[in-house]
Amino acid sequence: MNSSAILSLTTLVYGLAAFLYIFAWVFKKEIAGRVGTWVAFLGMVGNLAGIILRWIESYQMGIGHAPLSNLYESLVFFAMTITVIYLVVEHKYGNRIIGAFAIPLAFLAIAYASLSPNINDKIQPLIPALKSNWLIAHVVTCFIGYAAFAIAFGVSIMYIIKGGTIREEGVLSRLPDNKVLDELTYQLIMFGFLFLTGGIITGAVWANSAWGRYWGWDPKETWSLITWFVYSTLIHARMMRGWHGKRIAFLSILGFMAVIFTYFGVNLLPGLHSYGAMG
Amino acid sequence: MEKKETPPNFLKSIWRFFATVKLTVAVLLSLAVTSVIGTVIPQNQSSAAYIDAFGEKLFRIFGLLNFFDMYHSWWFQLLLILLTVNVIVCSLDRFPVIWKIVSVKNPPFNVRNFRSDAKKQEFVSKKSPNVLRKIYESFIRQKFRYCRVEGTDNGWCLFGEKGRWTRLGAYIVHLSIIFLLFGGLLGSVFGFEGYVNIPEGETVDSIWLNNRQERHQLDFEIRCEDFDVSFYESGAPKEYRSLITIFEEGQPVFKKNIVVNDPIRFKGINIFQSSYGTDAADTATLDITSRKSGLDYIKKVKIGETIELPEGIGMFSLKKYSRNALFRGHDIGESFLGILRPKDGNPIEVILPTRFPGFDKMRKGELIISIRDYDKRYYTGLQVTHDPGVPVVYIGFIIMILGCFVTLFMSHQRICIETIKTEENSRVMVAGTANKNKLGMQQKIKKITENLQDHS
Ligand code: HEM
Repeated sequence: MNSSAILSLTTLVYGLAAFLYIFAWVFKKEIAGRVGTWVAFLGMVGNLAGIILRWIESYQMGIGHAPLSNLYESLVFFAMTITVIYLVVEHKYGNRIIGAFAIPLAFLAIAYASLSPNINDKIQPLIPALKSNWLIAHVVTCFIGYAAFAIAFGVSIMYIIKGGTIREEGVLSRLPDNKVLDELTYQLIMFGFLFLTGGIITGAVWANSAWGRYWGWDPKETWSLITWFVYSTLIHARMMRGWHGKRIAFLSILGFMAVIFTYFGVNLLPGLHSYGAMG
Repeated sequence: MEKKETPPNFLKSIWRFFATVKLTVAVLLSLAVTSVIGTVIPQNQSSAAYIDAFGEKLFRIFGLLNFFDMYHSWWFQLLLILLTVNVIVCSLDRFPVIWKIVSVKNPPFNVRNFRSDAKKQEFVSKKSPNVLRKIYESFIRQKFRYCRVEGTDNGWCLFGEKGRWTRLGAYIVHLSIIFLLFGGLLGSVFGFEGYVNIPEGETVDSIWLNNRQERHQLDFEIRCEDFDVSFYESGAPKEYRSLITIFEEGQPVFKKNIVVNDPIRFKGINIFQSSYGTDAADTATLDITSRKSGLDYIKKVKIGETIELPEGIGMFSLKKYSRNALFRGHDIGESFLGILRPKDGNPIEVILPTRFPGFDKMRKGELIISIRDYDKRYYTGLQVTHDPGVPVVYIGFIIMILGCFVTLFMSHQRICIETIKTEENSRVMVAGTANKNKLGMQQKIKKITENLQDHS
């Protein structure tokens, strides 16, 4: 089996895990959730195996490099980090309903990578600018941050649809406590913020080693900074002004929109950021 | 008399204004929103391109608002300055208070505060307070940096804490922002950014500055000894490599192969491989076909050289090479220009595009001349930068990451254990507080309590 086959299979496994988590939540079947955890774990293992195999394959092709160099590879890595972080959260908080809002994101990321006609899943040789260890540090830190923000986004959505009220009955009543959702959002955002900061810094160091300038206001750089400003606002609003609940949830959703735009939207804008371009 | 009080009050209210986190939120969000403009409108393009895209009217308005170079506009810089002032003033404002809290030698504590904690844990032990004291103290000492035990009327009270200094975390982050902004300022005042294209074998001593039609004189010379580009099978570039020698006062002082991501750093100036191209060739091999005899002749000519044409037709001089020659207003790409001097008749100008070998047929002369081969000469495109702010910025980066870690994940934790002698046994209370991540602290207290219970 080659890496593409494994990763396609992983997509299905994530799809199944997402389905199980949602099913467990909506129909109150705990056993489905427990199976979901194992399926998600299996998906993560498959995802990791796919990445490692792809790495090996690139060496066999004589163009060896870490599989973190284009949109396809970054999405695959993104799916894995979402799953890893989610599984840790599940373990810590002992709550599987969050999975219904997190694992679908991992599924969407890898499904988009595999199925979109705009995304090339071939192993490509590295163009000169990408030949740098800073690239690996940069992509890894950025995507750990993005994954944490993605789950924070899922949790914020839970908060918003729950509407801040306590419900006795129904699907929404099974969502975790408001306090837990609020705290979890913030924890994930702090974690993501550290890595986003690291991602911007490694990106700057890489730019300085490749082009002799650490900051050039190119759209991708600028959008990552915009994202940073949004989350930085959130942190100050919470620490100094005691914002909680809905307002934090909205800022978290806004922040994740900025992440998504940094990631995909920038390709629609004029300008060049070779990494992450479609193709 | 009242008037005299106005200035200090006025200054005070300005100071207050600059110290608030409201201003921070407003400025951060303004920066986030306005930064979008520069990502939607390409920056530093030519006026013509902008008029094309937006029309005359919008072009004027956008121009007035500095939208075409917005990150260097006065209003964007003003926002950055506001941010800096905000972060400095806030830190100066709060620092003395925080420092007082952080720098105490013997932190005070009040058992009553812990007793009234809703999340405190309590249990009963069979052992006496004195026995428990030894066990608990050594246990807490392992986990908390500071620990002290005080006797009470009928038992004792232990107080432990750690991470007091992490209250400085936000100041560490804020300090890093000052480093970044200051480093950026240093770079923009004392640094430069430019580029230069050097054909193989040639030497330059000045560069073009980016975004300005201006040359910048270097105090050394850069020679490109050799340039190589290699490609993958797919045709994508694999590596650009230039062998560069630096000369000072005519003497070679430094030599290095540079590739993308591995520049030369010489006397604070960085020389980066960034692009390449082909430059004037100086020798061409001509393919000359005679219409009369049908024979083919091959001749090698240097630019500026004149050769005798076969079959006694006349002379030919190769005049120059052009990267994109024009023919009746059309760009026909790389071409050589020559002059044909027939034995009888006027000199004729001949264009020999390298891409279209049959081009000269159109002239309907006795000979058809085409370019069979030519020595291409590459030029290397170098980015040349000087930025004395980089070390300051990098220090800022390190401080920022450390500061973020401290601020976001470390907290000032305090614990209090009180043991009271009751008939035949002891009653133990465990309570703790943290300035951040309170839920995490509650869990920690629970765990510690369980541990203590196991030990007693
Ligand atoms: C981007 C520029 C920043 C500005 C202009 C800024 C400004 C401020 C201001 C004005 C305050 C209020 C100070 C006070 O009233 O005591 C504050 C507090 C704070 N800031 Fe920032 N800040 C910035 C970045 C950051 C970042 C990146 C972090 C990330 C960890 C951060 C973490 C904090 C924290 C934790 C506090 C609360 C301090 C305390 O509890 O004493 N700041 N900031």
